[in-house]
Amino acid sequence: MQDAAQYSLEKAGANTDRLVLSGHMTLAHIGPLEHSLSRLEGPLDSIDLAGVDDIDTVGAWVVCRLAREHNCDITGASEAAQRLLSAVRDIDATGPMRPPRPPFWERVPTAVGDKVFAARSGVYGVVGFFGQILLGIASLARHPSRFPVKALVHQMELVGVSALPIIGLMSFLIGIVIAQQGSVQLEQFGAEALTVNLVGRITLRELGVLMTAIMVAGRSGSAFAAQIGTMKLTEEIDAMRTIGVSPVEVLVIPRILAATFMMLLLGFYASVVAIIGGAVVGDMTLGIPFLTFLIRIQEVVPIHDLWVGLIKAPVFGLIVALAGCYHGMQVRGDSEAVGRRTTMAVVSAIFAVIVLDAFFAVFFTEIGWG
Amino acid sequence: MQAHHHPDDENAPIVIEGLVNRFGDVTVHEGLDLTVRRGEILGVVGGSGTGKSVLMRSIIGLQRPSAGRIDVLGRCITESDLDQGIGVRRRWGVLFQGGALFSTLTVGENVEVPLRKYYPDLDPVLRAEIARYKVILSGLPDDAVAKYPSELSGGMKKRAGLARALALDPELLFLDEPTAGLDPIGAAKFDRLTRELQETLGLTVFLITHDLDTLYEICDRVAVIAEKKIIAVGTIPELIATGHPWIEEYFNGPRGRAAQDSHLRGAS
Repeated sequence: MQDAAQYSLEKAGANTDRLVLSGHMTLAHIGPLEHSLSRLEGPLDSIDLAGVDDIDTVGAWVVCRLAREHNCDITGASEAAQRLLSAVRDIDATGPMRPPRPPFWERVPTAVGDKVFAARSGVYGVVGFFGQILLGIASLARHPSRFPVKALVHQMELVGVSALPIIGLMSFLIGIVIAQQGSVQLEQFGAEALTVNLVGRITLRELGVLMTAIMVAGRSGSAFAAQIGTMKLTEEIDAMRTIGVSPVEVLVIPRILAATFMMLLLGFYASVVAIIGGAVVGDMTLGIPFLTFLIRIQEVVPIHDLWVGLIKAPVFGLIVALAGCYHGMQVRGDSEAVGRRTTMAVVSAIFAVIVLDAFFAVFFTEIGWG
Repeated sequence: MQAHHHPDDENAPIVIEGLVNRFGDVTVHEGLDLTVRRGEILGVVGGSGTGKSVLMRSIIGLQRPSAGRIDVLGRCITESDLDQGIGVRRRWGVLFQGGALFSTLTVGENVEVPLRKYYPDLDPVLRAEIARYKVILSGLPDDAVAKYPSELSGGMKKRAGLARALALDPELLFLDEPTAGLDPIGAAKFDRLTRELQETLGLTVFLITHDLDTLYEICDRVAVIAEKKIIAVGTIPELIATGHPWIEEYFNGPRGRAAQDSHLRGAS
């Protein structure tokens, strides 16, 4: 570090000093010098730069600041140094780097209040958005030639067909777990034959549809929010509106219809695969032959369990797609908003699905489909 | 034109020899040569898709060329791994087209990022002061320091990006279409700012642009990319004298004429 910036003090008057700087007054070398200069007591008469090898704006800034603090002159500056000094001399660089932060007792109530208002406008927003979708569907019904068939088919493939492997695997494993864990418990009562009832009823009625809805929210709800959100950022949606194409008709309705319809099929498919998973366990560990297990399912599971599942599935699909598209349309500002809205879409969809599921459970029991 | 060996080419901060850039079957550059001289503002022009940005990305090491050699500040970029810290990154600053500010940080914090990275021992007070005066030197009002990029207009984002590019007092400054998307007044101001900073800080500037006014007002030399290489480098009159049809059309078209007229009016 022999090139490091250095300083020395020379007597200039009765009790004033002259500060002589030398070496490289540049960003790379100035750290230690600046540290000792800031503790310099003075009083200083002048700052001499004649011995400085080179200087950049940081060096000039440190010199200017020192000159201002001690109210002294700068001498011996080269032409280049002179230029830098005059560039930074009049800048006042004291001030915060971040926006001011109000104190805790202001921030917390403000945040709570903002959340309440956001919740209110969120509810208004979703209801309004749902209304727009209904209007869009109504207008498509009047002009069937405008119906975006291609987009619908494409979304059905993305939401439904390409989800088959992952949902199949998930349901198969869930069927296995229910049958295996259920049989361990039921064995204590000598009732392991009831494993069939357990698997059949719980998958058709609850888990098949619920787990599928969660998977679709993670796979497709997030994709809807991110796709539509990105389109908002790149002004694609504004461009559509300007041309007179309704983004609700072109983007939202195909996704909503695809998710609603595909959830119905995926929910049923998931239940069937879960029952197969249970039957495999029954065959291998409980001594119930595979086909017997399937025939027993028909005998012990009331048909209304199937209806319960099939009624819930499209409602869940609608909720998931609605949350995804709504949050996508709410994106504004920067790319960070896309991430935030995607998260919100998935979280709110799963939350709403579980709340509704609880409501359905009570409702169907009350009407005698217990 | 680059066949002559010019005395100013000694000790040049950027020397490119035989650069080849290929993406699959598409060849963008084929044997491109260019020397940027110390202390000049070099404008780079070319039609859309001729690889101006690819050239810049090759020089700053974001794009590894298929062949050829690039020396920046005496170091060979093409044969070294920039992440191994060969010390050139702290000697250049880059302004990307949209500013490329980090959206989760304020403008001031954006400028602090390179300072933190390369000089972690710097006193935090001094670091904050450096960040602030750089922002103000770049022509932003002082309340912009604590704002987030999403609160700034396009022109202000570019100035903030410039402040970050200048954070380490670089020797070399890369500007990718600095005036694109600015109104004519803002663009003229940005040109003036570039020239002033170049003179004050002794910068070498590599500037990609489509703005004919920028070329006339602040560029010392202009390099033209066409046919996958640099077909000519020189002052604008020298370029026009080559008689190349594309250059002819570029500078003698209606826009070129208008920019030249306003330049002459300004000079007289």
